[in-house]
Amino acid sequence: MSNDVLVYVEHLEGAVTDSTFELLALGRGLASVKGGELVAALVGSGVESLAGELGAADRILVVDDERLAIFDPQGNARVLTTLVRDREPAMVLVPYTSQGMDLAADVAVGADLPLVSFCRAVRADGELGATVQLYGGKVEADVVVDADRAVFAVLSGAASAEDGRSGGAGNVEQVAVDVGDLAIRAAGVTLPEAGDVDIATQEVLVAVGRGIESEDNIEEVQELADALGAAVAASRPIVDQGWLPKTRQVGKSGLKVKPKVYLALGISGAPEHVEGMRDAATIIAVNTDPQAPIFGVAHYGWVGDLFDLVPELVDRVEGE
Amino acid sequence: MNIAVLLRAVPDPVEELELNDEGTDLDRDFLGYVLNEFDDHALEEALLIKEDVGGTVTVFAPGNADEVDQILYTALAKGADAAKKLGDDLGLLDAHAQAALFADALSGGDHDLVLCGVQASDELDGQVATLVAAMLDRPHVAVVVGTRPGDGSIRVTKEYWAGITADYDVDLPAVLGIQAAREAPRYVAVAKIRQAQQAGGLEEIDVEAPESTARVKVVEMRIPEAGEGAEMIEGDEEAAAERIVEILRAAGVV
Repeated sequence: MSNDVLVYVEHLEGAVTDSTFELLALGRGLASVKGGELVAALVGSGVESLAGELGAADRILVVDDERLAIFDPQGNARVLTTLVRDREPAMVLVPYTSQGMDLAADVAVGADLPLVSFCRAVRADGELGATVQLYGGKVEADVVVDADRAVFAVLSGAASAEDGRSGGAGNVEQVAVDVGDLAIRAAGVTLPEAGDVDIATQEVLVAVGRGIESEDNIEEVQELADALGAAVAASRPIVDQGWLPKTRQVGKSGLKVKPKVYLALGISGAPEHVEGMRDAATIIAVNTDPQAPIFGVAHYGWVGDLFDLVPELVDRVEGE
Repeated sequence: MNIAVLLRAVPDPVEELELNDEGTDLDRDFLGYVLNEFDDHALEEALLIKEDVGGTVTVFAPGNADEVDQILYTALAKGADAAKKLGDDLGLLDAHAQAALFADALSGGDHDLVLCGVQASDELDGQVATLVAAMLDRPHVAVVVGTRPGDGSIRVTKEYWAGITADYDVDLPAVLGIQAAREAPRYVAVAKIRQAQQAGGLEEIDVEAPESTARVKVVEMRIPEAGEGAEMIEGDEEAAAERIVEILRAAGVV
C-alpha cells in the first residue's frame, strides 16, 4: 500500500464541482499527515483540460473513455475501483453527492475496504477516522476504522473549496483502464427549464419544511412571503410531495442560496438542506423540536409552532 | 416485471433522541421507528411500474424493530403482492449487515429490478442500495427520480443537483436507489392496513443476523447542543414575532 490520498474528481458539463475542491483541500492536509501524495482521479472523455484546475493535487490520473463522456454509474465506478486496487492509496475521498453515492460503496466492496459515510471531518493521525453526522444531522459521532485503508464519503462543507482551488497542474499521468461491457448507458443530460422565480437571486426567502404539514398550508406562508416581498422556498420533502415545484428546492439536490435573510419554517435542518442555505447572511429558524439541527446553523431561533407565529408576523410586517 | 423493494425501519426523525449510557449509540429502549422515507418512495415507484407493465412487487424488511410488521402490512395494503420479514428480533444492524441480509434473500430469486431508498439516516458504513448491488454484482444507479420500463432494460432519470438530471438505459436485472418516485407516495387508509393484517400474508424467513463486515466503530456519539451559536428567542409567538421583525429591520429587508 501507499500513503497516498486519492480524491475522485467530480465534474459535470465540463465544470469541476465545488465538492471536488473541498475534497482537494481536505485531502491536502491528510496527505501531509500520511506523508504521501495527494492524487486526483479525473475520469471522463476529453477531460484532460480540467487537470489545469487541479493544481492542489501532486498527481492527476486521467482516464479517458468516450463512453464516459457523461458520468456513468457503472463505468466510473469500475475505473475508480481499478485505480484504488492498483495504486492502493491509504485513503479514498469521494463526495457524498449524486455521483459519489454511485461510487463509494462500489469501490469499497470492489477493493475490499471499509467505508465511512456522512463524513464532516476526516482524520489520518493514528487510526483512520472521521466525524460523521447521523439521523438527519441530529447526532454526531466520532468513528474509527479497523483497517489501515478506507473510503470516506464526505459531506459538502468539510473544507473550504477556495483552499482547494489552485491552477498549474501537478504531474498528469494518462492511465488506460478497460471498463469492459457496460450495462448502463447514458442517454443525455437535461438542464433545468427557466421560468419560475429564481430563488438564488432573492434577497429574502421564506422556506418551508415538513412542519408545514399540508399543501393547503403553503398559502399562509405565501402571504408572509408576499408581505416581505420574498419568495417561498422549500426543503426536499415538500418538493417530493409535489407541493412546490423543483425550482423552489434548497439543498444538495436543489439550489444553493445566499439571501440576506433565510426564514426557515418547520425545517429540521438535515445536512442535505443545510448545504444549500448555510451561507445566508441571516438565518432565522422556527421549529417545534428544540433538538432540530437547524438551530445549529441558524443565527436566531424560536422553538414553537409556525402556525402560531406566521399570522403574527404577517400583521407586523404589513404594519411596517 | 418482477420487482423487489427493500424496506428499512429507521428511528422516527421527529422523535427526541437520547444516547445510551456508554455514549456510543442511541438509547433504543423507547425509540419509535418509522419506514425510511426514501424506501416509501421506492415502494411507490415499484407500484407505479407494476401498474405500467404488470408483474409483481415483493417487499423485504429486516426484522429488527417492532414496527416492521406494520411497515410490511402497510406495503401489502398499498398493493404489494408479497411481504417477507427477514429474521426476527435481530437487534441493531449496520448497513453492511442489512445489505448482506437483503443480498442473501435476493440471490437465486428472479427479480428483474430491486428498488431501495437511496439513503437512510443511519447508514454510517455505506448506502444499503449500492452495497446490495455491489454484493450481487448488478448494475445500479443512485438518486433515481423516475423510471420508464422498457424491454430487457429500464430508462431511469438520475438527479444531480440544481435541477440537472441525466437519463440512463440500464440493462436488467438492476438495482436502483430511489430518491423520489414519479408521484408522491400513495396514502392508504388504516382500515385497509387492518384488513391486510387480518388476511395475514406476511412471510417470516428464519435467518440470523449476519456478522458485520463494516469495520467502522463508533468511539463517541454526541447530540449537538441545540442552537449553539444561535440567539434563541424566548417567549410566546407575539414576543417572537416582535423580535423577528426587529431582526428583519436590522437586515434592511422591511
